Amino acid sequence: MFVCIIHFVQIHPVNSTVSDKPLVRLDGVHFAYGEREILRGIDLTVNRGQVVAIMGGSGSGKTTLLRLIGGQLRASAGKLEVDGQDMGALSRAALYALRRRMGMLFQFGALFTDMSVFDNVAFPLREHTNLPAELIRDLVLMKLHAVGLRGAAALMPSELSGGMARRVALARAVALDPMLMLYDEPFAGLDPISLGITGQLIRRLNDALGAASVMVTHDVQASLNLVDYVYFVSEGRIVAHGTPTEIRASNDPFVHQFVHAEADGPVPFHYPAPPLASLLDNIPA
Amino acid sequence: MSRTTLDLWVGFFVALGFAALVFLAVKVGSYSDVSGGPTYAVEAAFDNIGGLKARAPVKSAGVVVGRVGGIRFDSHSYRAIVRLDLDGRYPFPADTSASILTSGLLGEQYIGLDPGAETENLKNGDTLQITQSAVVLEKLIGQFLFNKAAETPASPQ
Amino acid sequence: MNALTAILRKLGALAVDGLWRAGFMARFFLAVLRYSGQSFRRLPLTLREIYFSGVLSLLIILVSGLFVGLVLGLQGYDILQRFGSSDALGIMVALSLLRELGPVVAGLLFASRAGSAVTAEIGLMKTTEQLQAMDMMAVNPIARVVAPRFWGGVISMPLLAAMFSAMGIFGGWLIGVVAIGVDDGAFWSQMRASVDFRHDVLNGVIKSIVFGIAVSLIAVFEGYDCQPTAEGVSRAITRTVVSSALAILALDFVLTSFMFRGL
Repeated sequence: MFVCIIHFVQIHPVNSTVSDKPLVRLDGVHFAYGEREILRGIDLTVNRGQVVAIMGGSGSGKTTLLRLIGGQLRASAGKLEVDGQDMGALSRAALYALRRRMGMLFQFGALFTDMSVFDNVAFPLREHTNLPAELIRDLVLMKLHAVGLRGAAALMPSELSGGMARRVALARAVALDPMLMLYDEPFAGLDPISLGITGQLIRRLNDALGAASVMVTHDVQASLNLVDYVYFVSEGRIVAHGTPTEIRASNDPFVHQFVHAEADGPVPFHYPAPPLASLLDNIPA
Repeated sequence: MSRTTLDLWVGFFVALGFAALVFLAVKVGSYSDVSGGPTYAVEAAFDNIGGLKARAPVKSAGVVVGRVGGIRFDSHSYRAIVRLDLDGRYPFPADTSASILTSGLLGEQYIGLDPGAETENLKNGDTLQITQSAVVLEKLIGQFLFNKAAETPASPQ
Repeated sequence: MNALTAILRKLGALAVDGLWRAGFMARFFLAVLRYSGQSFRRLPLTLREIYFSGVLSLLIILVSGLFVGLVLGLQGYDILQRFGSSDALGIMVALSLLRELGPVVAGLLFASRAGSAVTAEIGLMKTTEQLQAMDMMAVNPIARVVAPRFWGGVISMPLLAAMFSAMGIFGGWLIGVVAIGVDDGAFWSQMRASVDFRHDVLNGVIKSIVFGIAVSLIAVFEGYDCQPTAEGVSRAITRTVVSSALAILALDFVLTSFMFRGL
C-alpha cells in the first residue's frame, strides 16, 4: 500500500503545484454549429478544489460547454483556458497531454463493453504508464475500493446495474488522479440511493484529489447539496450564478422557476407559435 | 488468461493460410519455365501467325524452352514480328527455324523451334531467318476444294 | 415543375453528400495508416482482431469453398466431357478458383461475416460514447480501436481466400477424381502445366489483398461514421455489406483488366 502511494506522487508531480490562478477560465466564449448559435458569450471560472455545477434546461447548451472545456469542440470566439493553456491554440499532442490530467464521466458511464470492470479501470494506467502489472493491479483495486466496487472487479459491464456502471466509470476517470473532473449528467437515470452515493463520491473524490470538478446537470436538489458554485445557462448565456445558499434565496425569476420546477415562467411552456386564436379562426364553421 | 488460447488460434489460422498458399504454389501452380531465370530475346517474322497469342509456349522437341514475349505488326513488310523470350539455359544454333504449330486439332497454338546446324548460337536481339507460318484451316479447306474441282474433268455437255 | 426541381435538388444533395463522404473516407484512411504504427507496436491488439475476423470466419470460408469446388467439379465435367477433354477439369477448377471465385467469393463472405461485425462493434462503441471516452482519456480511438481492426482484416483476407481456393480445388478433385473417375494423374498434371504461379496464383493473392483492404476500410469507416443511434448502426451494417460487395466486384473488374490484358 505504502509503495503505491509513493508512486502516485511520482506519476503526477504536476498535481502538487498549487496556484491560486483559476483552473478553468472562460471569457466571452461563443460556439455555433454552422448557422445555429449554441453559446453566445459565456464567462465562467472554476478554481482548484471547487465543485461547480452548470445547470440549465435541455438544449440550453450546457453539454456543449462541457465539451468545449474537454477540448472535444473548439470555441468559435472568445477565450477558453484550462490550467493556463489556451484550448483554442493547442495541438493534438498538447491536448492529449492536457487530457491525461482530466477525467470525464460520461452520461451512461461509457465503459468498454469488451473488457471486465478491472480492465476498464486499468485501461488508462496501461495506456499511459509503464507500471508493472502488480502495481497496476494494486492501483485498480484501490480505485475500485474507493467507489465500493472492489468485489465487482471480475464482472463484465453488461452485468452491472446503471448505478454500479457509473461508479466504475468514476473509478476509471480518476485512475490517473486528474486535476480536473468533468461530469456529464452524473445523476441521470439513477435511483435515489445510487444518486446519493454518486453525489457523495463526486464530492469526496474531488476533495481527496485536490482537483476541480465541473458538473453539467439538471438535477437541482441533488447538486445544490454538494457543489460550491452554480451557473445557470439558458439559450447560450449565463443567466444567473452564485453559491447554493444564494441560489436558494434568489429572487431571479429564472432561477426560481428552475429550482422550484415550475412549468411556466421565463422559460415558456409553449414553443414559440402564432396565437392559437388566429389558427382557430381559419376553421370553417 | 484467455490470451494464450487466442494466440494459439491465431497461430493455427495463419499456419493454415500459409499452408493453403504453399499448396497453391507447389501443387496447383508451377513457375513458368522462363520466369525468374535469365532469358534472351530473338525475333521472328511470320506471314501469318493465325491464333498465336502473347505468352504462348515456345517448344523444341516438345519441351517448353521459352514464351512468346510480344507480337507486333511491321507496316513495311506487312508481316507479323514475334518476339520470343528463350530460356538462357538453352542455346540454339543461329540457323534455327521457327514454325507455328497447333497442339491437337483445336488446341492452343505454340511456336516450335527446329535447331539448325551452325556452330554459332543465337544471341539476344537476333532474328530467325527461316519461319513457317500458321496453318489456317479455312485456307487449307479452300485449297483442298479448289484442287478437287481442278481434278474433276468438265462435265460433258 | 416543382416536383422536378425537388428531384433535382435531392439528386444534387445526394451527390454532394457522396463527395463529402468520399473525401472524409480518404482522410480517414490516411489517419488509419498514420496511426497504424502504434497498433503494430502492440501486436496483441492486432492478433485479437485477426482472431475475430479471421479465425471466426474460418468455418464459413472452408465450407463454402468446399461446396463451390464441388459445384465447379460437376459443372466443369459436364461441359468439358462434351468436348472430350474431361482431363482438363483440374485446369478449369483451379483457374476459376484462383483467378476469380477464390478472392471474390471469399471477399463477399468476409464482408458479410467479419466486415459487418466490425462495423457493428465500432458503431456500438460510438453509440455508447466509448470512442469519445477513449478520446477524453487521451487515447486515440483510431490508433486503439480502428487501426487494429483494419489490419486484422487486411491480414486475414488473403489467407482466407487462399484457404477458400485450396478447399475448392479439393472439392473439385473429390467430384472429378473420386466420384466421377477422371484420371488422378491427368487432373493434377494438366492443372500444374496450365496454372502459372505468377500469373494465376500471385494475381489471385494480389486481388484478395486489395479486397481485404477495401472491405476492412469500408467496415471500419462505416462503423466510425455511423449515426450514434441503434437505427444508425443497423443502417451502417447494411451499408458495409452493400458497399463492400459493390467495391469487390468493381475492383475485380479493374484488376482483372489490368492483370490479364494481352492474354
